[in-house]
Amino acid sequence: MHASVRPALSVNIPQTGTNTAARESAAALSMRMAISKVNFFYGNKQTLFDISMGIATNKVTALIGPSGCGKSTLLRTLNRMHETVRGARLEGEIVLDGNSIFGQDVTSLRRRVGMVFQRPNPFPKSIFDNVAYGLRINGSKVPIADAVEKSLRRAALWEEVKDHLHKSAYELSGGQQQRLCIARALAVDPEVLLLDEPCSALDPISTAKIEELLVQLKEFCTIVTVTHNMQQAARISDFTAFLLIGQLIEFSPTPQLFTTPGDPRTEAYITGRFG
Amino acid sequence: MATTTTTVPGAGPLAGSRSFLSRLRDGDEIARLGTFLFAASVVLITILLVYELWQGSALPRHQFGFSFFRTSVWDPVFDQFGALPFIYGTLVTSALALLIAVPLGVGAAIFLAELAPLRVSDTLEFFIDLLAAIPSVIYGLLGIFIVVPLMRRVIQPQLKHYLGFLPLFQGPAFGLGFLTAGVVLAIMIIPYIISVSREILLSVPRDQREAALALGATRWESTWKVVVPFARSGIFGSVFLALARALGETMAVTMVIGNTPVISASLLSPGDSIASVIASQFKEATGELYTQSLIELGLVLFLLTFILNGLARIMIVVTSKRGTGLGQA
Repeated sequence: MHASVRPALSVNIPQTGTNTAARESAAALSMRMAISKVNFFYGNKQTLFDISMGIATNKVTALIGPSGCGKSTLLRTLNRMHETVRGARLEGEIVLDGNSIFGQDVTSLRRRVGMVFQRPNPFPKSIFDNVAYGLRINGSKVPIADAVEKSLRRAALWEEVKDHLHKSAYELSGGQQQRLCIARALAVDPEVLLLDEPCSALDPISTAKIEELLVQLKEFCTIVTVTHNMQQAARISDFTAFLLIGQLIEFSPTPQLFTTPGDPRTEAYITGRFG
Repeated sequence: MATTTTTVPGAGPLAGSRSFLSRLRDGDEIARLGTFLFAASVVLITILLVYELWQGSALPRHQFGFSFFRTSVWDPVFDQFGALPFIYGTLVTSALALLIAVPLGVGAAIFLAELAPLRVSDTLEFFIDLLAAIPSVIYGLLGIFIVVPLMRRVIQPQLKHYLGFLPLFQGPAFGLGFLTAGVVLAIMIIPYIISVSREILLSVPRDQREAALALGATRWESTWKVVVPFARSGIFGSVFLALARALGETMAVTMVIGNTPVISASLLSPGDSIASVIASQFKEATGELYTQSLIELGLVLFLLTFILNGLARIMIVVTSKRGTGLGQA
């Protein structure tokens, strides 16, 4: 799919624009993934322009920007989900733990880089079978029941469902379904968890639960989340990337981006002048 | 069905206070009455149909009673009529047709919906719809000129040679018979299964596929373990549509089944089906009892379809409960 395979680059420091202090603080972190010079096309239309950034290990990285800025597209390149769309083409390099994600088997990549979608999308199966799905197709060695319990606990759903694991997932509320989807993704023990606007279809209370959960999950994996909700990004993320019409405008530690943005366009966006 | 209440509680003060006439003028009431009549006509036609079949078959019902279902003699000369061979033939040919058509049809639908490029899929869909629209007499001709000789010269001798020890494949290879009728029926119903199943598979939400892929499923795993189960009740629906067509198919079957009221374990044997015997004998039927016995066969076919459809519904509910953990289908 990717047109030009560049040699795996050494992990890049986040491109912070101007602030050198931020660059140095970021440099002290280890990077789980690195995106370098990514250009993305749907057919002839280019939707991402020369994006380079790092994803810090065991941190939450938020991608923000107005609708259509390419934040979801960028997220979906990280586990190569863009390849399921006809006519999608990527140039550039994305590295996971020092190895190009394009040089490996896509199914094993997706086991390492899990994904949660905008709308809760449980399978029409029982709660247990939903979480067990990934374990079963991957031929898990650990006992499935234990792994299911562990994932549900990590997703902060265990207490609510432990007495009816064999009920349909569709009987759960929207927020519970989304946490179930997170549990399903966690079950295969991914190193990175991608979330594509995970709260946009949920009520405020469910949203708060998921936000709290994401902060806790940092302990187990690296998190990248897309959100159109700036307050959410400010609350839960360690790093924030601001995208605008396919360009990475600014990428900084979250407190810095929201207090002293380095680019006037970032400032305009976070102060609500557009978007 | 339409409900009989015209005022909806909580629909606001307007809904209750508007007079019947003003609602009639605004079209609401016209739409409700009109669509209700259309829906009611379905029930009306069904009732009329059963009534006619019931009335028209009074004579054999009184003469034979329930033995009509148990007797395998069909002898117009001695006025002996039993439906069993025809029921048997209808069930056997339909079952054979499903046995052949379901794997082929569902497999083709999976290919068209999941694997084929969209342009190929749409082009093929056009031809499939075309096949579904071909009159059955044409399939009958196809059966007579191609399937029957092929059966007689190649397939049936081979079956006898390799599987002749089974009671299913014994007796002379006529070419005409249950097996041939089943094959021709299968050819006829495959387009239905493909067309409907493909639509159902295409309508499975994209996020279901993506959820599976994002967990590291291969494309086939996501298709077979997520998309197909999601579409299961719709695929069953396509199969029952096909079954209904097979049960009632007349022309193509009568041309290739051999028109002999025989119950035989061998699929190579000629036989007859309910629809086929009505079509082939009604014109020559002499005497009240003969004619009315044929009408009673029509009633039997109606009942058979009714029972099988009912069983199918139950099966959908049961399997979706078991398979998905859902309370409702």
